[in-house]
Amino acid sequence: MTSLILRRSTRYLFPVIMLFSIYLLLRGHNEPGGGFVGGLAAASAYTLYALAYDVTTARSLLRIDSRLLIGLGLLLSLGSGMLSFLFKQPLLTSQWAKIKISQQYTLELSTPLVFDIGVYLVVLGVTLTIILALADHNTEENEA
Amino acid sequence: MMLMLVISGFLLAAFVPLMKRMWGVNSTYVAALLPLGLTIWYAFQYSAIVNGETLSWSRPWIEALGVHFSFQLDGLSLLFSLMIAGIGVFIVLYTKGYLHGHPMQHRFVMFTLMFMASMLGVVSADNVILLFIFWELTSFTSYLLIGFNHDEEASRKASLQALLVTGCGGLFLLAGLILMSIAAGTTEISGMIAQRDSIIDHPHYPVMLGLVLIGAFTKSAQTPFHFWLPNAMQAPTPASAYLHSSTMVKAGVYLLARLSPVLGGTPEWIWVLTGIGVLTLITGAVLASGQTYLKRLLAYTTVAALGAMVMAIGIGTPKALQAAVVFLLAHACYKAALFLVAGIIDHETGEKNVTKLGGLRKYMPLTGIAAMIAAASMAGIPLAFGFIGKEMLYTAVLHHPALTGLTIIAGAFFMLVAWQTGVRPFIASVKETPKHPHDPPWMMLAGPVVLGIITLSAGIIPGTLFDGLAGAATAAILAHPVDLHLHLWHGINTELLLSIVTIVLGAVAIILSAFWIKSAGKLRPCVRFGPDQGYQNLLAGLVNFAKWQTRMLQGGSLRRYLIIIVITMCGLFVMYFIRANFAFQLNDLTPISPPLVILSILVIIAGVAATMTNSRLGAVAAMGVVGFSAALFFIYFGAPDLAMTQLVIETLSIVLLVLAFYYLPPFATRSTWRGRMRDGVVAIFAGTVVTLLILVANGVQLSPAVSEYYAETSVPLAHGRNIVNVILVDYRGLDTLGEITVLAVAGIGSYALLRLRIKTGGKS
Repeated sequence: MTSLILRRSTRYLFPVIMLFSIYLLLRGHNEPGGGFVGGLAAASAYTLYALAYDVTTARSLLRIDSRLLIGLGLLLSLGSGMLSFLFKQPLLTSQWAKIKISQQYTLELSTPLVFDIGVYLVVLGVTLTIILALADHNTEENEA
Repeated sequence: MMLMLVISGFLLAAFVPLMKRMWGVNSTYVAALLPLGLTIWYAFQYSAIVNGETLSWSRPWIEALGVHFSFQLDGLSLLFSLMIAGIGVFIVLYTKGYLHGHPMQHRFVMFTLMFMASMLGVVSADNVILLFIFWELTSFTSYLLIGFNHDEEASRKASLQALLVTGCGGLFLLAGLILMSIAAGTTEISGMIAQRDSIIDHPHYPVMLGLVLIGAFTKSAQTPFHFWLPNAMQAPTPASAYLHSSTMVKAGVYLLARLSPVLGGTPEWIWVLTGIGVLTLITGAVLASGQTYLKRLLAYTTVAALGAMVMAIGIGTPKALQAAVVFLLAHACYKAALFLVAGIIDHETGEKNVTKLGGLRKYMPLTGIAAMIAAASMAGIPLAFGFIGKEMLYTAVLHHPALTGLTIIAGAFFMLVAWQTGVRPFIASVKETPKHPHDPPWMMLAGPVVLGIITLSAGIIPGTLFDGLAGAATAAILAHPVDLHLHLWHGINTELLLSIVTIVLGAVAIILSAFWIKSAGKLRPCVRFGPDQGYQNLLAGLVNFAKWQTRMLQGGSLRRYLIIIVITMCGLFVMYFIRANFAFQLNDLTPISPPLVILSILVIIAGVAATMTNSRLGAVAAMGVVGFSAALFFIYFGAPDLAMTQLVIETLSIVLLVLAFYYLPPFATRSTWRGRMRDGVVAIFAGTVVTLLILVANGVQLSPAVSEYYAETSVPLAHGRNIVNVILVDYRGLDTLGEITVLAVAGIGSYALLRLRIKTGGKS
């Protein structure tokens, strides 16, 4: 099934959903959001692409294998937690770096954020791995 | 320093693959440098240790439990460490020749180094928890070594058997050690010795003793656990020589000796140890005599020798302990040499059956000399080290006529086996073998020759060589200094007389051996009643039970899974309700408002529709309504994080379900009216229980301190205003890490299942 309207709108919706997912991820510490829901939102963006076009297009859009994202995310989360070892603190002790940008604004970078990015990647990776693997077969058979 | 030395085997093992890439097969020589260096280091500690000093090394580890990462090197540890590292050198060298051209030679060397490190850990650990960890590591590494030829089923079975028997024993040991730690109030063995009285007089002393003994007996192949050792002969010969003669199987003996000042000396200790020890001695000796395969012959005598050592430790007098130490040392030398010779014979002739070997002295004279020295030691012939060990053993058992008699009989069998394995293959008339034999390369001969030299010199001048070491080891077992000396000649006394009797009996046994082997072959079917068969039955029973249980609980019907899960969970809740006397909290409930009523009705209608519909899409859509309504509930009660997640999850679930339709057969109503009624009852039961659960939970007053703590510290400590997220990524970060790991595993698992299905034909 190909729908021109769906395809066209997907092209515009995709960046919006992706941006929104990153927005959710970044605001998570202070407002509703976070890596989990952000990752799910990103996964839904790719799923939309896979439905409107096909799995191959969605995969090429992702550029890297979704399974790699799982490992990457896990490593990132674990690594962010292990940073505290450098300061002789227990695993997952959060580290903060405050960078003054101007008089008014301070950029607060932290390991919980990196941890959350890891969660984001794992959720995105797992969801896409399952959904794309399920959808993949559909396309193959349809084309055959 | 000591930590690095003990674990250096693990460190080097990690680099073995790299070394192989750099130096090819010669990397084995490089690997042999490590045990050599360790031997030299231990040798340098000799004078200090013999003078009664102990080396200790300790670092805090699990402070909350009072567990330290502590090592101690005393006479007993030094004796074992020297044996482990020293024989390790020859084993690694031997591997070079034995596995010549084997593509996985470096892997074997790697396992050997890991095993050596674990073994050194066992004999150096002062903390019982540390000791247990190394103990299990020896089981694990020996599993890898026994199963080295993993493409043979017999190898896999034997390695699994060894792992299960020694691993299970290890768990018993752990329980025993923990009980001892609780009774003594310390986890250090050196501390327990001081607390001996509080352990011996503890009401649970028999339990502790039993648990520890099961651990030691399984490891040291004592009857009735002896069966795994002969089966483990599936291992490549260097592994058998290392693990099953000189080191691992002696770990149990080591443990008994080490804990002797803590647990020993009681009537229970003496009776069980001497009883099991002498039983094992006889079992091993008798079973050995009926064997014709070289390595199995040796394995059974190892069982017997281990029994003798356990017996001597059980007797517990200074003389008996010294006998155990000397016998252990002599046994390690001659048994490792004989195993290595057995490997050489097998390697050079391609023949494992001793009755088909003969006249090898013409082709492999050096091997023959080394073998005969080792055999003489095993038989207890004067001028070989084994003679000293045997004499001392007789001194130890002299007061017990029964023990003396049985030891003599075992000694005669030892002589028979020594004849069959070390002498006969070399002297009898030449027999045709699959390969044309000749002396092996020097790497393979080094072990038997050097061990032979030690055996001979220790047999002639035992006092000069081993007075210090044996004395220090005996002192460590007794926990007080002793003054004991080794001599070749004690004058004409009872022990000498017994030795002569043994040799005469042994000679008779050798003359009658052909007849005996034949009749023993006829008795072979009796093995059916032995413990090995018991093990097989137990294992088969376990597998059958697992099959039955899987059929019952995981028959493959999704509906059945759900029913079992739901009923189990709800049943547990109901049990809780009964215990809590149905104390439901009905006050303080949220007032019912129109939006809630509308939402609830929506959910109920959608739920009923999902079960009634005649199309899959309809069912999924109805379930979607339920899910989205749940999100609305969350919003209504002010949980935007949950609502948001619920919304996205619901969307993705629907996509997932629709995609999964493709794999399903056409929709049909398969369930009977009866089945549906049953499902309905279960569903209503589950709903009721969950509702009641919420009512109960409502009444439980959790300590407000927790939520208040989060609310107060979220901004100042964690710099975040969204408490839900702060908890997820900061306060309870470890939980989240665990959850995403589970998620990752689930994802990879699903992927694997999906690919598998597609590969095997997908849609049927």
